[in-house]
Amino acid sequence: MKELSLNILDIAQNSIHAEARLVRILITESDETLKLEIMDDGKGMSEEFLNRVTDPFSTTRTTRKVGMGLPLLKLAAEQTGGSMSVTSRERALYPETHGTEVTAVFYKKHLDFTPLGDVISTVVSLVQGSPEVDFLFVHELGEKRVELDTRDIREVLGDVPLSSPDVLVWIRESLIEQYGYSE
Amino acid sequence: MKSLEELKAIRERMQNKVILREGGAEKRIVVGMATCGIAAGARPVLNTFVEEIANRGLTGSVEVSQTGCIGMCRFEPIVEVFEGEQRVTYVHVDPAKAKEIVEKHIVGGEPIVEYTVGSAEK
Repeated sequence: MKELSLNILDIAQNSIHAEARLVRILITESDETLKLEIMDDGKGMSEEFLNRVTDPFSTTRTTRKVGMGLPLLKLAAEQTGGSMSVTSRERALYPETHGTEVTAVFYKKHLDFTPLGDVISTVVSLVQGSPEVDFLFVHELGEKRVELDTRDIREVLGDVPLSSPDVLVWIRESLIEQYGYSE
Repeated sequence: MKSLEELKAIRERMQNKVILREGGAEKRIVVGMATCGIAAGARPVLNTFVEEIANRGLTGSVEVSQTGCIGMCRFEPIVEVFEGEQRVTYVHVDPAKAKEIVEKHIVGGEPIVEYTVGSAEK
């Protein structure tokens, strides 16, 4: 992946497939590190599956037997001297607290650090593809905090879908404004 | 901060349109957004389709959606256009081709044969 934001888009799709109702994407940056957390309230994974989830030859997909999402994120983190971990509680055993958390830490000054890239397009793409799922996106860069919570947006919109083009434009512009980019 | 007032205005505008949309879209654009598609550049392709459809006022009649891996990873980004019984599969799509597909196929009604999987496999 050319941008970390593409890994984020890819990993968040796993949460959506796991029937998550809320996906939280948290990015916390300091001068030295970037921490990425993707947390969902989906159906979780069994302990057995969790143990082989970063193996590229394990997947839930039935069409073929190779899943590359988590191995690619792990590689991207480890090649900077960082790491990735996954915790999960499956719905059958944890009816109240099921879900999965993926945490990856990157060292930004390492030569092999993949830049975050266009994370705004990642958020917009997620909402476009899964307007019924809620997303909380928080990006902390030192003092700066960028936040988007689709639960707030949904409350205002009522039954208008979040994937409506005007809403997607609003989300994009809201994030651009918060990042302080000028277009 | 973008105001929630603007969102309320969007809601007012959209509530009328939602009724129109219940007839269902005539055309469907489906973009492959699995790991293979994303790595090959599907995200800007998806966003180009979303913008083009919105800008041309086609929101009610054309639906843009996402799908997973269909097992032809070497051809990603893959885009399928559905219209009635007809399905056209475009391969190696980039934002420029996406714009052209909207203009010639979605609006003009003529599929672009040279971008289809049939041409790529020859």
